[in-house]
Amino acid sequence: MDTKKSMSVSTRASEASALSESSAGLLRELVAHLRQNRTQLREEWARRITRAELLTAMTEEEIFAEATAVYDNYVEALETGTFEALQAYSRRLSERIIPRGVETDEVVGIVLLLRDVLARSLFTKYQDNVEKLNRILDSYEPAANRIANTVAVGFVEERERIIRQQQEAIRELSTPVLQVRERLLILPIIGVIDPQRARQLTEQLLRAIRANRAKVVVIDVTGVAAMDSGVANHLVQTVEASRLLGATVIVTGLSPEIAQTLVTIGVDLSEMATVGDLQGGIEEAERLLADRAALPGPQAGREPGTELNR
Amino acid sequence: MGEELRLPIAADVDVVEARQQGRALAAVAGFSSGEQTVIAAAISEIARNILMYAKRGEITLSLVQNGDRQGVSIIASDQGPGIPDIDRAMQYGYSTSHGVGAGLPGAKRLMDEFAVDSVVGRGTTITMKKWRRTI
Amino acid sequence: MEVPILRQGQYLIASIQSALTDADLSHLREALIAQVGRSRCRGVIVDVTALDVMDSFAVRTLRDIAHMARLRGAETVIVGIQPDVAFAMVQLGLTLKGVATVLDLEEGLAFLNRRTEERFLETKPKRPSDRG
Repeated sequence: MDTKKSMSVSTRASEASALSESSAGLLRELVAHLRQNRTQLREEWARRITRAELLTAMTEEEIFAEATAVYDNYVEALETGTFEALQAYSRRLSERIIPRGVETDEVVGIVLLLRDVLARSLFTKYQDNVEKLNRILDSYEPAANRIANTVAVGFVEERERIIRQQQEAIRELSTPVLQVRERLLILPIIGVIDPQRARQLTEQLLRAIRANRAKVVVIDVTGVAAMDSGVANHLVQTVEASRLLGATVIVTGLSPEIAQTLVTIGVDLSEMATVGDLQGGIEEAERLLADRAALPGPQAGREPGTELNR
Repeated sequence: MGEELRLPIAADVDVVEARQQGRALAAVAGFSSGEQTVIAAAISEIARNILMYAKRGEITLSLVQNGDRQGVSIIASDQGPGIPDIDRAMQYGYSTSHGVGAGLPGAKRLMDEFAVDSVVGRGTTITMKKWRRTI
Repeated sequence: MEVPILRQGQYLIASIQSALTDADLSHLREALIAQVGRSRCRGVIVDVTALDVMDSFAVRTLRDIAHMARLRGAETVIVGIQPDVAFAMVQLGLTLKGVATVLDLEEGLAFLNRRTEERFLETKPKRPSDRG
């Protein structure tokens, strides 16, 4: 350790370049060593994976096949010092193994195991030359850590992408718009609404209005905890767009907080038909449907708000 | 991503063509039918703006990519009189000619990115983009 | 592109067939105004089912038509706004407030019939016994 310190203190330019040259040389030596001993190191690694009870979702043959590819990509990243290929490989690998049920901690675990297996082989090889061992480790460690990081991040990103994809698919399939009776639709909105979901709900509602030739829609927001001005704006847009399709909208379940948000963004609540709860809203809707003369009121100058608000 | 479609705007029919091409491009980029309509509407407003204030100009459509996001880029350029007071023009409802149109402010509301570059006496370039999340 | 205007009883029905340029829209407006003025027309239906985009000019034109028709004693109703078009319109901040909008032609006719009936009832003279 002292030798190393005094070396770095007294290093001059020429020595520095000699040092970095030899560090490039060391890296080459390291990579050569890893390639030469590929078979046995890879097997050692696979053994350690099994012992640590990682990748239990995969068979031994599968682990071995993937291990080979990971090993080669690992060494290549060490050699080139670039990580794009490794990141791309990591995402492809993740795409394969995530559906098999492999978890993040397993992926991080096996990469760290490989790092250790390789490090230990370096200890063994250079045990008679501590100074050289240290210099090799100086080259190896940062690169190995970067590799572990790259693989883990690739895995996590892929996982997130898959989750988003599944969520989107679920949203597409689910039909939140309910037809209660002829020409009456109910849209209960529950939970947290992000802008994308809000847009989706509106599109689904408008299509349902046309498909069902609905005259009245009850939008229930009882289940919405909080509404920011963006979503509130969106609700107003949904009401207006529904009117363009000839449907009257009744909003139910407005909490005082949400009502306040609407007022804050400039919504004239007397223009929006609101009823306290869903049940009341449905009853009101049925009254409107029975009295055909009341529909479509708004566009021709008759606002339902004054009749219905309670 | 180098492909781009340049459309001249010099007459009524060009406005229709521009928005139909815009819709088609948006479809290629994977936008939903609703978003395609939004993009077409924004193009319609911008193209009409060119006709009204500059009499002629050009709209360039292209696909764009940013990381894992895909989108469309629409550039409307003309060598017209330019916009003297961009801030005022961007206020909803303001317009200098015939009182027509939601024009710029309307288009801005529909797009994710919107930039106006205008020099009085030289012309105007409007660049707008809409992104879609590639899941 | 000329938009065909049909007469059905006391109503005029303008059926837009495809995308319209601004000039086409203006022509439609002039044609409808002229016909409403010429005949004893009680209602105007503009069918926009075929429009895949409605921007500010289209909306202004429809509002103009409704306004002019009302001045001549006719009620206007816009039918067939597509879901995507409606959504884009509200995002653009365009409203057709003050203009009736319904789902389709059938609803449009039903609406005009109701309005015509109501206006008839409103103007019906009261019998002496109704007063006081």
